[in-house]
This record gives sequence, C-alpha cells and structure tokens, in this order.
Amino acid sequence: MFGDDIVMLSRMQFGLTALYHFLFVPLTLGMTFILGIMESVYVMTGKEVYKDMVKFWGKLFGINFAMGVTTGLTLEFQFGTNWAYYSHYVGDIFGPLLAAEGWMAFFLESTFVGLFFFGWDRLSRVQHLVVTWLLAVGTSLSALWILIANGWMQYPVGAAFNYETLRMEMTSFADVFFNPVAQVKFVHTVAAGYVTGSMFVLGISSWYLLNKRDIGFARRSFSIASAFGLASILSVIVLGDESGYTSGETQKMKLAAIEAEWDTHPAPAGFTVFGLPDQDNQKTDMALKLPYVLGLIATRSIDEDVKGLKDLREESVVRIESGMVAYDNLQKLRGGDLSAKAAFDAHKADLGYGLLLKKYTDKVTDADAATIQKAANDTIPKVAPLFWTFRIMVACGFIMLFIFAMTFYYCATRVADQKRWLLRMAVWCIPLPWIAAETGWFVAEVGRQPWTISGVLPTHMSVSSLSAGQLWFSIGGFALFYTILLIIEMYLMLKYVRLGPSSLHTGRYCLEQQAA
Amino acid sequence: MFDYETIRLIWWVFIGIVGIAFALTEGFDFGVGTLLPFIGKSDVERRVIINTVGATWEGNQVWLVLLGGAIFAIWPAVYATLFSGLYAAMLLVLFSLFFRPAAFDYRSKIEDPRWRTSWDWSLFIGSSLPPILLGVLVGNLLLGLPFHFDQDLRSFYDGSFWALLSPFALLCGFTGLLLTTFHGALFLKWRSEGVIHDRAINTVNALGPMLLFALTAITIWVFVGIDRPEITQMAATDAPSNPLHKTVVARGASWLTHFMSYPWMWLAPLTAFVGIALAWRLGQGESRMGAFVLSSLGIAGVALTVGFGLFPFLLISSTAPGSSLTLWDGTSSHNTLLLGFWITIIFLPIVLLYTRFVYRVMWGSVTEAAVLKDSHTLY
Repeated sequence: MFGDDIVMLSRMQFGLTALYHFLFVPLTLGMTFILGIMESVYVMTGKEVYKDMVKFWGKLFGINFAMGVTTGLTLEFQFGTNWAYYSHYVGDIFGPLLAAEGWMAFFLESTFVGLFFFGWDRLSRVQHLVVTWLLAVGTSLSALWILIANGWMQYPVGAAFNYETLRMEMTSFADVFFNPVAQVKFVHTVAAGYVTGSMFVLGISSWYLLNKRDIGFARRSFSIASAFGLASILSVIVLGDESGYTSGETQKMKLAAIEAEWDTHPAPAGFTVFGLPDQDNQKTDMALKLPYVLGLIATRSIDEDVKGLKDLREESVVRIESGMVAYDNLQKLRGGDLSAKAAFDAHKADLGYGLLLKKYTDKVTDADAATIQKAANDTIPKVAPLFWTFRIMVACGFIMLFIFAMTFYYCATRVADQKRWLLRMAVWCIPLPWIAAETGWFVAEVGRQPWTISGVLPTHMSVSSLSAGQLWFSIGGFALFYTILLIIEMYLMLKYVRLGPSSLHTGRYCLEQQAA
Repeated sequence: MFDYETIRLIWWVFIGIVGIAFALTEGFDFGVGTLLPFIGKSDVERRVIINTVGATWEGNQVWLVLLGGAIFAIWPAVYATLFSGLYAAMLLVLFSLFFRPAAFDYRSKIEDPRWRTSWDWSLFIGSSLPPILLGVLVGNLLLGLPFHFDQDLRSFYDGSFWALLSPFALLCGFTGLLLTTFHGALFLKWRSEGVIHDRAINTVNALGPMLLFALTAITIWVFVGIDRPEITQMAATDAPSNPLHKTVVARGASWLTHFMSYPWMWLAPLTAFVGIALAWRLGQGESRMGAFVLSSLGIAGVALTVGFGLFPFLLISSTAPGSSLTLWDGTSSHNTLLLGFWITIIFLPIVLLYTRFVYRVMWGSVTEAAVLKDSHTLY
C-alpha cells in the first residue's frame, strides 16, 4: 500500500538510529555496575585510590552517558513519527511498557546521575555509594522494560485483536511481563553490557600498564574488570545458548534462517559452522557441519527435529490462507454483520498472515495462488546476512571469553603485568563487545522480518503515511547531528583516556608529577 | 476498580499532571539555558548559571520523555497522529534537544574559550527552540490540525509544515519562549547571588509585562477569532475506542460559550494571570521562593486553560471533524488504563520523594567561589 521506498527508508532510519543508540547503551550498563563495585571497595577499604577510580572512570562514563541520553530521545519520538500505524496497532501493549520504563528507570538513573557527579562533598560515603548503585539499578531496569517490549515484538503473548477498535489489546500483563523470550533477552543483553564495560576498562587499563603509567591505579582497575568481565561473559554465553533454546520453541523461522537450515533433517540436527547460503535456490553451499550441536541447542534433545525453512514456509502458506478468511470476516464484522464473529475468532490468530498480502493487494481476499506464494516467500528473512552476523557475534564472544579467562587467571597468580601479549591483545580487542552487540541486535531484529510484531503486524503496514522527501529530510538530519556528535565524543573520550587519572587534578598521578 | 469512563477521566487528569510537571521543571531549565549567553558575561558567570540546573536538568527532562510515553500508552491514536502528522516539527523539537546533553556535559571539560562559547550557544538553541516549537504546537492544537483516519484507523495528515506557522501559532510560540524565560529568570534569581541575581531581576522586570500582554492577546484572539467544533452525536463514554463512531460539526460553537457553560473552568485562566502578575511584582523585591512558586502556579494555569478549553477533545481535526480524538474515544483499553493507573499511583510518589531528596542535597546558591573551587568536577 505504501511504496517500498517509504518502507525501506523508514527501516533504514530506524536501524541507523537504533544501532547508533546501541553504541552507548551497553557501555552505560556496564560502567554503572563497575563504578558500583569500585565504590563498594572504596567504602569497605577506605583507600583513596578506589575513589579516584570511581571518579576517573566516572568521567568517561559521563561522556558516554550524555550521548546515550541524546540518542535515546530519538527512539521515544520515532515510534510516533515513523511508525504511526504500529503505534496505533500495538500502543495498548507497547506503550505502557515504555511508560513503565520512564517511571521506574529513566527517572531513577537521570535523577541520581547528577548526584553521582556533584554529590561527593554533600553526601556521606555510604549515601554516595547508594546513589551510585541506584544509578546502576536504574540503567539495568531500563533495559528490563525495553527488552520486555522488544521480547513482545518477537513473541507476542498476552494480547488479542479487538475488531471494534481495530488493534491489538493487552489481555494479560503477567504473560507480557513473564514472556520467556523477554526474560532470556534481558539477562543476555544486560550481561553483554557488563562485558562491554569490562572490556573497556580492561583494555584502557592494559594500555596504562603497557606504558607503565599509574601502575597501582591501572592494576586495580584491571583486576576488577577481568573478574567482572569473566562472570559477565559466561552469563552472556549461557544465556545466548538459552536464547537459542527459546528461539527453537518460539521463533523457529529466525533460528532456521540463522542456521541456513533449508531442509528439516533427521534429528539431531547438525550446526553449520561455515557455508554460503543461497536464498534463490534455497540451499547452502560448502556447508561444514558439526553433528548433533544444533539439535542440542534448539531442542535440548537428540530426538527432536529442527524444522527447516522450506517446511516453515509451507506452514506460512496455510496460515496466509487462514488469514484471508479472518480478514474477510473482519470486513463483515465491521459492516455490522455479527454472525461473522465465530468465523473471525476461529481464524483471527492468523490475521497477521493475511495482512502480509496487503503488500500485493489492498483487498487481501482476492489474492490468487501465485500471490500467496509470493507472500509466503516473504516470511523467510534474508538468510546470508543473518547467518554471518550471528557467527561474527559468537566469535567475538568466544575471543572475549579467552581474554577474560586468561586475564583473570594471571591476575589471580599476580603476573598479569608481565604478560605483555595479553595486555596488547586486550587493547586491540576493545571494539569486540561493540561488534558483538551490534551484530546481535541485527540478528534479533532483521531475523524478525517481515514483521514488526511476529505473526501479527507486517513491517510494510507499520509505517507512517509519509513521503520520501520527509524521510530524506530526517535521515539527513540524523546523519548530520550524529556524525558531528560522534566526532566530538570520540575526541573527548580519547583526550581523557590519554590524560588518565591525572585529569582528576589530585596531584597523585603521573602526568602531573612529570609536570611538577 | 474503576469503570472505563472514570479511568478515562482519571487519565486525562494524570496526563495533565505530567504535562504540567514537564512545563514547570523543564520550563525553568529552558529559561536558564535561554538566558545563559545574555546574563552570563564571563566564563565563571556562565558556569554559575549552568550549575544552578546542572545536577537536576536530566531528571527534569524525563518528564518530557514520560509525557511522550504516557501519551503513547494511554492515547496511542493521539501519539500516532500527532507525531507522524507534525513530522518536521517534531523532528525539529528532537534535533533542538540534541544540543543539550552534550552542552551540559562537555562544555567545561576543555578550557578553550571557543569550545566553551560554542557550547553556550548550543545550550541557548537547545533551550529556546523547544519552547517556541511547543508553543506553536499548542497554538495549532487550538486551531485544529488537518488530519483524517481511513477505515483501518490509519491516520493521514493533509497539511504542510509551513501551514503550522500561522500568525496565531507564532504568537503562541513567542509566548512559550517568554513563559519559560520568565520562569527561568525567577529560578536563577532564587539560586544565585550578586551580579547574576541582579540581572535576573532586571529580566523578570522586563519580561513580566510582555508576557501578560501576550497572554491577553492570545485569550482575546481565541475568544473572538477562532471557532470551536461541536460534537453533535457520539458513542457512549465507556464504548470501545474508535474515533469514527461520532459526528462532529466543524464550526459549531465558540470557545467563550464553552467556558460559559462550565463556569468553574474560569479558575484556570484566572490562576494564570494572577500567578504571573504577582510573580512579576514579587520578583522585583526580595522574594525568592514566593515569586517562583507564583510563576509555577501561573504556568499550571496556562496549561489547565488549554486542557479545559479543549475538553473533551484531545486533537481537533480541522479538515475532517469526525476524525477528531476525544478522551472518550482515543484511549487504550480498559485493562491498560488500569495497569497504567497502578504503575502511576505507586511510582509517582516515589519519584517525587527522591527528586525532592536530590534537590535538597544540591540546594543553596551557586557562587563564583564554589565554581572556582571545584573547577575540575563542576559543569
């Protein structure tokens, strides 16, 4: 109904702004926790160096936090500006989750962040520690609510379509809140944030150690980051595996696409380590498979099938046909023919599949067999990008597991400073958590296509009634502001990393002592 | 607990409260940011001004985020129609807000004067454009917006960005800026000493009469020059939300008769004028808190006047009056309104309590001596 260009541009803008926002969020999640840990050690031991650590890493956190706030505003606006039909269609469920995030999380973090920076002399030690932890809790609570909202987009439980208001409405808040997809996603994502914070502190501390600067300060930061990082990366990997398991139950199409699993093979399914997915011919060339592994991840058994894309596509055909019946009866209901209600209710779970046809025919009910086949093809997401981004994410995860395990071991044996290869590796691997987070986001969101709400609302229907000119205006604006802001942010971040704890002007750190 | 009709009314009140909280708190942040380059002549003076709001502006901004979130949750059709319809205007509000967080946080991290001056002007833009744009928005809410729904309840906007900038709406935008700047000057007067304090008083002095004049002009204009649509038939107030189930005539009544038929509504404009007039008078003397509280009352009065005036409309359509949204047919489901009610009842007091705590900890005048002492930690 809308030109493909409007849908593409809207998706491009959302992807661009969300991925950009997600550069800053994971670091905020991780840094607030690390600051909480450092300050806890300060309050327990009373050693000034830990207070300096909180203040210095807090400065870097602050530079990042400002960007997180700036880019987060965009998302609050963007559902309404660019996804107006989506907002109308699922606002009844999605809206309250965002509002709850405002009440419980944004207020908490934004109110206490000021006290964190400026309250040092006005609060007792313990009071300030509490403030820091409230800040950490606030950021993680924010992730909880937004991932419940996102989890609902992946696996929409606890809601039903109301033919009188022509939208989805919440039937059970408990089902929405305890959505298994959301719960797993939450732990996986916040733990990934903790990994990001840890890798950031670990890498920068390693750089100080390599340059033999502020050794005491750097070594303590390094230890905390390696221990917290190891615990976090283990959570990420375990919960990532759990994500695979819940996907096997709730998002079969996404899982099959990630695995480039075109056919249903006899159980237990193998995991494709390498391969070249070919969407047009529905096959994967040069596939290298590990036997059993996918079956174990997705079904936790060796005798259950993991359904392939071709079979899932056949299921889509059936649901599209059922969705056409639902749509037909919905029109009758709206015309006042209440006798259509029974037939509508019988098919309404497939209404969303019927709406897939809107891309080809506004009337839906007049779709012929060929059109239905085209719509069924649409239900398979783009396999190759998912296949590869997923493997990049996993590879980053395992490299970081290696780094954290080694640094933790050498910290425990007190020889970390001497392992210069490891320190160098930690510096070079600072970008890894960001690569993993961005590719992970890509897998989750692109893997959901062609839906904004899985099985309920197709992406092409969700957009606002806009023109391409309006979208180019906004995309241009975002590109301009975000580029300038990123340059400024990186400049300031690198400047303060180079200054190190000397930027605190305590007189205790190397650059000031050299100057003195 | 509450029937559908009652909870719809309660939520109209709640969103009003959130909107007023936003106008009061972010209002003075906007005002302080607008005055920054003019009242602060030197770097230290400017740092004093920034630090009067430095520790708390971020929490205040959440009221705006929450206002957006609450409208999304409670009036999804309003959120969808308003944000997509006023696409360019909403993005301009957003882009202007981009200037703020980095300006606060990055400005004093580098000593270069050009760097700092650039951020001062960024903060000025980020603090003065939003009240102008939001004022223009309010003006257009009174005029009605050109939108309609199709049979699937998809909203279409039939106007352009430039059409929003009518003389009446521009007057409202100008008044929005005057209002936040006046409020911000009173806040600055309260939180500063010496030369900044004195300049803030001069600002209050100058802006008070202009603000009262602008508000009077808007009031007369609305009563004399703008028609109000009238609902001639609608579904029950507890019916499922569907805005197309009613009939509205475009030019039925006047805003004056609307206020006449609910005489208690006159309290709102009365509060606005009396509050601002008294704040102006008191603001010239020694009163610090008193004048600020009065201007807060005045702002609440302005917001209530708009809300009462529109009641029961939320968004008036100027081209398809039947598509207008009211608080009876533009809401989320009964379940969702109740859920939101409980979340609000629990968290509103908690948020107010800890916000009060933070303000108390950070309270006291900000002085040049204090800024110089903590030069490396303060904004």
